[in-house]
Amino acid sequence: MSGCPPGLQVRCLKLAPRNTLKIVVTVKQVPDPNVPGHLESDNTLARDGEVTLDSGDESGIEIALRIKELGEGEVVLLSMGPAGARDAIRKGLSMGADRGILITDPNLAGADALLTARALAAAVAIEQPDLVVCATESYDGSSGMVPPMLAELLGWPQLTFAKSLEIADQIARVHRQTDTGYQVVEAPMPVVVTVTAAIAEPRYASLRGIMAARNKEVKQFNLTELGVDPTGPVESIDRVELAPPRSPGEIMVENGTAADRIVALLRGAKVV
Amino acid sequence: MAASIWVYADQVDGRPAPIALEVLTKAREMGEVDAVALGPGAAAAGPELGRHGAATVYADEGSDYREFLAEPATEALAQLVALHGPDLMLFGATNDSRDVAGRLAARLGVGVIANAVDIDAGPDGFQITVPYFGGTQLARVRGLKSPIIVLVRPKSFDASPSGGSASVKVMNLNVNPGSRRARITQRVEAASEKVSLESARVVVSGGRGMGVAENFTLLDQLADQLGGAVGASRAVVDAGWVPYSTQVGQTGQTVRPAVYIACGISGAMQHTVGMKHSKLIIAINKDADAPIMKLADLGVVGDALEILPKLIAAVAAARG
Repeated sequence: MSGCPPGLQVRCLKLAPRNTLKIVVTVKQVPDPNVPGHLESDNTLARDGEVTLDSGDESGIEIALRIKELGEGEVVLLSMGPAGARDAIRKGLSMGADRGILITDPNLAGADALLTARALAAAVAIEQPDLVVCATESYDGSSGMVPPMLAELLGWPQLTFAKSLEIADQIARVHRQTDTGYQVVEAPMPVVVTVTAAIAEPRYASLRGIMAARNKEVKQFNLTELGVDPTGPVESIDRVELAPPRSPGEIMVENGTAADRIVALLRGAKVV
Repeated sequence: MAASIWVYADQVDGRPAPIALEVLTKAREMGEVDAVALGPGAAAAGPELGRHGAATVYADEGSDYREFLAEPATEALAQLVALHGPDLMLFGATNDSRDVAGRLAARLGVGVIANAVDIDAGPDGFQITVPYFGGTQLARVRGLKSPIIVLVRPKSFDASPSGGSASVKVMNLNVNPGSRRARITQRVEAASEKVSLESARVVVSGGRGMGVAENFTLLDQLADQLGGAVGASRAVVDAGWVPYSTQVGQTGQTVRPAVYIACGISGAMQHTVGMKHSKLIIAINKDADAPIMKLADLGVVGDALEILPKLIAAVAAARG
């Protein structure tokens, strides 16, 4: 924070000329990581086992709430998905977010990253926030392509792989994770920020929060209302097959001999 | 006409990223390959890129590419695509390239095929192999719009020189100053590890099944004995047990050691894409049905916390 002595960031933020921040956090309902996933007959990801808010998104909600709590502002959750994705939004609202937006449309079933980003961008354009916070990648799709696409479609800069985030004087500053350390990167707002789970340990929803979430607004839009034309897909899946198994592995239940068996293999691999 | 393939080559001060050379090695099997290198040192990276298969290297030495995230590189690539119209653009899946590939695709209105582990050039175009569900299933994906943009997983291919040489075209692209927004103001390197995870012959990794952070000392001991490095799953890095530099997986390092020992790691795809090409995989997990067991050459059903002390003693005995 420029010019802020450590520990005085809260006060500094309140003195900033514009102290009301609006933060949109993208959230996604994903399959339970503990249930094996599968593809539908049309090769789109099966969504039937979807039961949980992506844990990466919880970290995004947490950092947004902390930033809001430093000053004044609003945290809006934005999700795209089937009607059931409302549950993911509710969970975030019970953590303390203010309201939600759900984009749901039959034409979005099996949407690729670009169509997803176009739908999200249309909703963000209506909200005009200072900041959009996304997880670096979703648990299920894992391409990590929606956030940079969203930033490009909005014409905003992007700050990615953030393990810390602070805001001052309409500038967002992050510590961006690299393989060997981190970079300090800053950009003027509005900006899209992707965060790693290291950014903040998500809070648990309190009972009061869960009760309050029931009365919070969740607006719903379809693609027509957002003015998004669901153009054809940009890629297709020819076929899906089982990966060739590695030479069938040996499975043993530990009976006191596992350590010796492992050492024999380590010898074979010439590392002992 | 042979397909025109481009490789976006990350480089720092004239040294291409290892993944750029891996991808070039694969690309040269499939058609005419050119490379794009941006930032200070771009031209100096040209000869090495040529030795790995690039016919032409488009190099722009502008400092904006190094100083600002994603946007200047996106501009430059969009200009070059408009001029030359490649059919296929390959990016290594580094953090920097992921940012650029996503923005570029949105600008061009095309998709990105991410997490690719293989590419085939057939009579009716390119087919890209993408693993799903911990790599237990492979999807063959086709891009429907040109250029097809692909993010390739590190270590999907072995880099080897072809002995070729590139014609290096040094350019001075007119990049919109408006793209100078996300500015890198400082670079901080973490203290170097004892044995680098990426090059270690043995990697001993731990996940949630290690119980608590303190139990990672068991992994440290075993790794020390074997001259290896300690790795970790995203779950325990997220939980703050160990630093990000130890993370193996989609985000984190991709490793290909002689031996990979996974302790208390269930084997979510996030993790397995970063280690599945290890030569020998040993998994210790309480759950016989954990996905990691299907990848393992030896799967031990048991508690890593009980087996590791015995294993450390047995390795010590074996070394005499």
